[in-house]
Amino acid sequence: MLRFLQNSPHALELVYAGTSKMLVPFRRVMKRGSRMERLFIHLEKWTKGATFDCRMCGQCVLHSTGMTCPMTCPKELRNGPCGGVRANGYCEVLPDRPCVWSQAWERSRKMPLYGQEILHVLAPVDRRLKDTSAWVNHLHPELLKPPAGWES
Amino acid sequence: MRSGSHLEEVLRGGRFAVTAELNPPDSADPESVYERARMIAPVCDAINATDASGAHVHMSSVGVCALLTRAGFDPVMQVSCRDRNRIAIQGDLLGAAAMGVRNVLCLTGDGVQAGDQPQAKPVFDLDSMTLLRTASILRDKGEFLSGRKLEVPPRLFLGAAENPFAPPYDFRPHRLKKKVDAGADFIQTQYCYDVARLREFMAKVRELGVDQKVFILVGVGPLRTAKAAEWMRANVPGVSIPDEIIDRMKRGGKGEGKRLCVEIIQQIREIQGVAGVHIMAYRQEELVPEIVEEAGLLVRDAMKVHP
Repeated sequence: MLRFLQNSPHALELVYAGTSKMLVPFRRVMKRGSRMERLFIHLEKWTKGATFDCRMCGQCVLHSTGMTCPMTCPKELRNGPCGGVRANGYCEVLPDRPCVWSQAWERSRKMPLYGQEILHVLAPVDRRLKDTSAWVNHLHPELLKPPAGWES
Repeated sequence: MRSGSHLEEVLRGGRFAVTAELNPPDSADPESVYERARMIAPVCDAINATDASGAHVHMSSVGVCALLTRAGFDPVMQVSCRDRNRIAIQGDLLGAAAMGVRNVLCLTGDGVQAGDQPQAKPVFDLDSMTLLRTASILRDKGEFLSGRKLEVPPRLFLGAAENPFAPPYDFRPHRLKKKVDAGADFIQTQYCYDVARLREFMAKVRELGVDQKVFILVGVGPLRTAKAAEWMRANVPGVSIPDEIIDRMKRGGKGEGKRLCVEIIQQIREIQGVAGVHIMAYRQEELVPEIVEEAGLLVRDAMKVHP
């Protein structure tokens, strides 16, 4: 069941797009430090944890990475695979696990909505956002601003 | 000219470039660096100083590069994201530029598990892509990542790595394009032992028009023995060696590794969009001059550094 879900990136991206729209009216109550945020932290740990092995970086980019969590890569790479991927498509660091980015690439090819996002360079991770709610941050773009010098 | 480095001059001048890797010593004696540099410098356009490659500690790349620029060589400083965060790396880039370093190769780095100190904390604060963009912000905007202004920005020729020989193969050309978007001026690839795979990769790169925007140097290196090749294939991250090559090494006698390397260079040279080769002769630096000469690539103008 879980494997089926993970390999249905086209369905997952629809869930993302839908949730993204659905939450907009709740922007005012979903604030940093609010009770709503605490609720969402639990919800995200539970849902995204089960589906994506989410590491709670607080700055979710799943739609840019083939609906595959890049923070589960041992090098936490957010912009593509490293050069160490094994010939069988498995991880350099954890040889008994498929490379996160091999999966991300395959899955992104099945995503009509956001499949091209994988081709864009993402900003460095903001380490302060760890263990905060990615949905709350998503509703407040000022919380996700890259460093001032960064240009996309 | 972004940096005025010798390597940049050669590549922009359209000559097929040769770079070679210097294996940093486990030593605090500058002479151990110069000894190796003297061996490879006369036949190459720039010398790569590795940054704890394979997660093994050696003399730091910034240290090796500082020694090399003092002696008038043009180094390529390799910077990996494994051991330092963004604060340390930006400081090192400025320090290196002040020491005369003009070429930087931005890498993610091998995992700590590959080395002899797997207990270490892997940092990976940036990745190779964000490191490239950070370095280009220092150079082009004259700012740190935070937006704080620099008094004098570094002049750098920015490099990145690519491994056309590791999966996901059809993502690799796109990832190369991403690196160019992030600021790469030149590319040095992982070891090439599979020329057919490289041709496929380059065809896609040309289709994306990326070969027009970046100088691609293909990695090569002499295999020591069939056994060593098998060991490398199993233990060095990202190295892919086809069975035919191992068989040929088994059949061939002494010097087969070098002959194979020369042949591969000659085949690579014919591929449209390849701007040079990067020779990695791990613990066989003495072979580099012979390889360059036999491949017909002897350089005519000696390396010089621009202060």
